[in-house]
Amino acid sequence: MTKIKSLDDLRQKKQQLEQSMDIREKSDHPENLVQIKVAMATCGIASGARTVMNVLVEKIKKENISAVVTQTGCMGYCYAEPTVEVTKPGFDPVVFSYVDVKKAEEIVDKYILNNELIDGILPPNYQTI
Amino acid sequence: MNDLALHLLDIIQNSLAAGATFVTVRIEENPRKNLMVMSVEDNGCGMNEEQLHKLSDPFFTSRTTRRVGLGVPLLRQTAEQSGGNLEVVSETGKGTCLTARFQYNHLDRPPLGDVANAIVLMISANPNVDFAYRYSYNEKSYEITTRQLKDTLDGAPLNDLYIMEMVEEMIRENQNDLKVCQIE
Repeated sequence: MTKIKSLDDLRQKKQQLEQSMDIREKSDHPENLVQIKVAMATCGIASGARTVMNVLVEKIKKENISAVVTQTGCMGYCYAEPTVEVTKPGFDPVVFSYVDVKKAEEIVDKYILNNELIDGILPPNYQTI
Repeated sequence: MNDLALHLLDIIQNSLAAGATFVTVRIEENPRKNLMVMSVEDNGCGMNEEQLHKLSDPFFTSRTTRRVGLGVPLLRQTAEQSGGNLEVVSETGKGTCLTARFQYNHLDRPPLGDVANAIVLMISANPNVDFAYRYSYNEKSYEITTRQLKDTLDGAPLNDLYIMEMVEEMIRENQNDLKVCQIE
């Protein structure tokens, strides 16, 4: 497979992609998607949040889950970083602590796909209004 | 923080926290001049004289979730131990420009790391913010902006996982090309 080098290559690749599958219009209905937020402040990044985010992105693609992965700042749980907040449609957000590669995959396998909670859940310290 | 790409992720978060809608990231690798420069410029709310003065104090932060702010002090330390410096220019209401300089050949300079990945993560996580990225190696440079990407992709969301992968590949390939064609 040839590598993408220019914007034209990118356009072509995207058209190929559109033919083979639907690119989901995520920005329109974010409430219908699983929202995953990775805490990416200094504390999070220093303890490996980027690796966790990459793993989550890969895993979601592999399992073909309708989800968006975004970043958030520090929630004050610096000691428990990397933290990941998962909001499933119709559910309250759940914050997972001490997330590493293994735990990130576990979050997808157990919580997102099977509604099973896993160890290390932090109490949410804010409410969205 | 093991590499400069992680510092970059961290510093861009500051711009986003300042409400920036346009962030310019510049990376300059210049082995010929023994220089490496990383700069982040934004159009956020900027800082006043007092905040700017306290910026490198690890016990100063504008946040309320915790009492320390280590992002900038850590980067300053890294820059200074690599024989470089950190410069921040800011004006209230206009924005901030942070520039970190390193000696390219300095033993204590951390590796650049995966900047393409860092940029793509930033772009995808903040669809409402426009980014411009410029990477240069010696005299040659490569530039990409999210506006170009949005035009090219014709409205397809930049946070789509497949699109992210393609954009990352494009940035990485171009960066590698710049380096390869200038091997001496």
